Amino acid sequence: MTELSTNTPKPRDVSAIVTAGLAKRYAAERRFRAFGIAAIAIAVAFVALLFSSIIGNGYTVFVQTHMRLDVELSADAIDPKGTRDATVLARGDYAGLVKGALRERFADVKKRRDKRKLHGLASQGASYDLRNMVLADPNLIGQRISVWLPVSDDADMLIKGHIPRHTGEGSRRISDKEIAWLDALAEAGDLETQFNVRFFTSGDSREPELAGIWGAVVGSALTLLVTIALAFPSGVATAVYLEEFAPRNRWTDLIEVNINNLAAVPSIVFGLLGLAVFLNFFGMPRSAPVVGGFVLAIMTLPTIIIAGRVALTSVPPSVREAAYGLGASPVQAVFHHVLPLAMPGMLTGAIIGMARALGETAPLLMIGMVAFIVDIPGSFTDPSTVLPVQVYLWADSPERAFMEKTSAAIMVLLAFLIVMNGAAVYLRKKFEVRW
Amino acid sequence: MKKTLALAALAAVTFAGAAEARDQIRIVGSSTVYPFSTTVAEQFGRSTSFKTPVVESTGSGGGLKLFCSGVGVDHPDITNASRAIKKSEVDKCQKNGVTSITEVKIGYDGIVLANSAKAPQMKLTRKQLFLALAKDVPAGEGKLIPNPNKTWKDVDASLPDLKIEVLGPPPTSGTRDAFAELALEGGCKKIKWVAALKKSDKNKYKAVCHSIREDGAYVEAGENDVLIVRKLEANPDAFGVFGYSFLDQNSDKVQGSVIEGVAPEFEAIADGSYPVSRPLFFYVKNAHVGKIQGIKEYLAEFTSNKAWGPDGYLADKGLVPMPEDERKRYQRDAANMFHNIM
Repeated sequence: MTELSTNTPKPRDVSAIVTAGLAKRYAAERRFRAFGIAAIAIAVAFVALLFSSIIGNGYTVFVQTHMRLDVELSADAIDPKGTRDATVLARGDYAGLVKGALRERFADVKKRRDKRKLHGLASQGASYDLRNMVLADPNLIGQRISVWLPVSDDADMLIKGHIPRHTGEGSRRISDKEIAWLDALAEAGDLETQFNVRFFTSGDSREPELAGIWGAVVGSALTLLVTIALAFPSGVATAVYLEEFAPRNRWTDLIEVNINNLAAVPSIVFGLLGLAVFLNFFGMPRSAPVVGGFVLAIMTLPTIIIAGRVALTSVPPSVREAAYGLGASPVQAVFHHVLPLAMPGMLTGAIIGMARALGETAPLLMIGMVAFIVDIPGSFTDPSTVLPVQVYLWADSPERAFMEKTSAAIMVLLAFLIVMNGAAVYLRKKFEVRW
Repeated sequence: MKKTLALAALAAVTFAGAAEARDQIRIVGSSTVYPFSTTVAEQFGRSTSFKTPVVESTGSGGGLKLFCSGVGVDHPDITNASRAIKKSEVDKCQKNGVTSITEVKIGYDGIVLANSAKAPQMKLTRKQLFLALAKDVPAGEGKLIPNPNKTWKDVDASLPDLKIEVLGPPPTSGTRDAFAELALEGGCKKIKWVAALKKSDKNKYKAVCHSIREDGAYVEAGENDVLIVRKLEANPDAFGVFGYSFLDQNSDKVQGSVIEGVAPEFEAIADGSYPVSRPLFFYVKNAHVGKIQGIKEYLAEFTSNKAWGPDGYLADKGLVPMPEDERKRYQRDAANMFHNIM
């Protein structure tokens, strides 16, 4: 007893040890919190840097410089015979009309070289705009109208400040004369930036001022529809069967290992699979959203299955047992009780998989979706491209104005992602059950 | 997985019908020709009642591989190439039933060595370029040593004392092939005993003249020329290798080096005095003409003066046009589809 009492410290000593160590423990705690805050700060700083550079480069895309010109829609250039037939109207020389209007505006430009430069101020889109106006209302022929027409990409870049004005003339793409013409237009109030409707409504183009994101948005939407329609039902079915019904044996173990492996396979492999199976074997069309959807569905399946199984295991066994106790069959127990409770987790997994599918370009390269496509896809078999591919294609284009388009396309892609992730949060909150 | 495959099979049967009736032209091939091809495709789509052709940038070799894989709607109609078709590719085409091809030369592209516009302009000969970038350089008669040149001054005393740092395309690129063939081989030929090798040992000659050093002086920057331009802007001591159209579009940021006394300018490439320039082509599958709507009209648009002429819209995109008689010849050939290379 006496031995013991000498060995055990007295109560006063314990508190002394605790007090001595206390400062150290507080410091450790403070240090850990500081590390956490620093980590978050670094992450936020990078995100802020990314966003500010993207938005800084791309926000100007929402407006497009237009100039006001008085265009004589002469019957000679559009419809000399007066037939008012749509195919004749579509073939009219609208580019000539725009050029004529520019020459009339700057009547003192005489030299051939200068005239070419002057004509270059207007975008090619100007003549398309005029054509569409005439097609919509043939009564305009013969009239003199004052219209706002888009300017070329170089002029647009100058007005938006992406081409510096004050460097030497030889080292920029726009000459002093062109700047003087634009300034004259601006002074007369005939040059202004307007909301860029075209960017949100048209497909790709080689002319930066005419290029739009809508074709890629539709392509992404069609592709993801196919992906979710295929991957979600089969993913959920696989997860439910493996988790609730399958016997535990070597075969199910093998399948499980394979599914986990597939989740880590580089995405290009799925593209090669798509090329070999869907295009070469089944002869499906190249560049089509349906094939893209198939490939991405196979890619997202493992993610959905794994998330689905985790969601199912997190449903307490008491729920199943209660259902069995009341006489439910295993199928009834799963479909009436377990699956509804696991649904929020499964949906979250599905949408995370979809978000990854939205950002993929590599597997689509092999099946021909990395392509220049102007027409907006109207069905699942029309050739189309997707948002990240559009970002890549524009980033690779030589024209300066495509840099702005690239950033804008990234913003649209981010918005698409935010909407999808928002939907995931909403669905989870809506179905979530707490116990 | 099984279910997906079953669904896929089902869908494939449904969509096989859709593949039969392709109503737009499909074009693949070179990334150098891509900007020109897409411009024409867009013009064609807007000015005719045909659908806009779909253009994929697969590289010259990849394009010809797809092109030669067979006849039918599953295979492309046209392939772009930044080099002429090779004998082996013609054989492959023939083996797969593609027995009749029309070749159309569309113009020229200069390959430039460029640096930041802020740095002084470089004046080089092809021989200096070879000595700076070759993997092995000749040292005396018949002897090769690994390239010892660290700075441009090591290559030639008249050049600046700057570390050799050249960003360029990887070996898969047609631009790289053309650069090696036109610039490096052009310089390599100037060395007498190497030039003699061409007759005696062709493989060795090619290995000496076409191998680019791998010790870090030549940096493979991927196929993305925009990236090279940005890197040059950030590093005034570095040089980049890319097509003339990128120089043309970024003339405020980068400048082309003078090679053999000629600066890479539009006129110099057009008249052939700029030494590092190459012809660009596209190839048309004759069996598809008439089967796929609009191929003839597309050719007519491409070979019209408003497209590929000296004042055409392709010149605005950086294509260097051919002389008039050459243009006329190819235009006629394209219209008749008889310039058959088989």
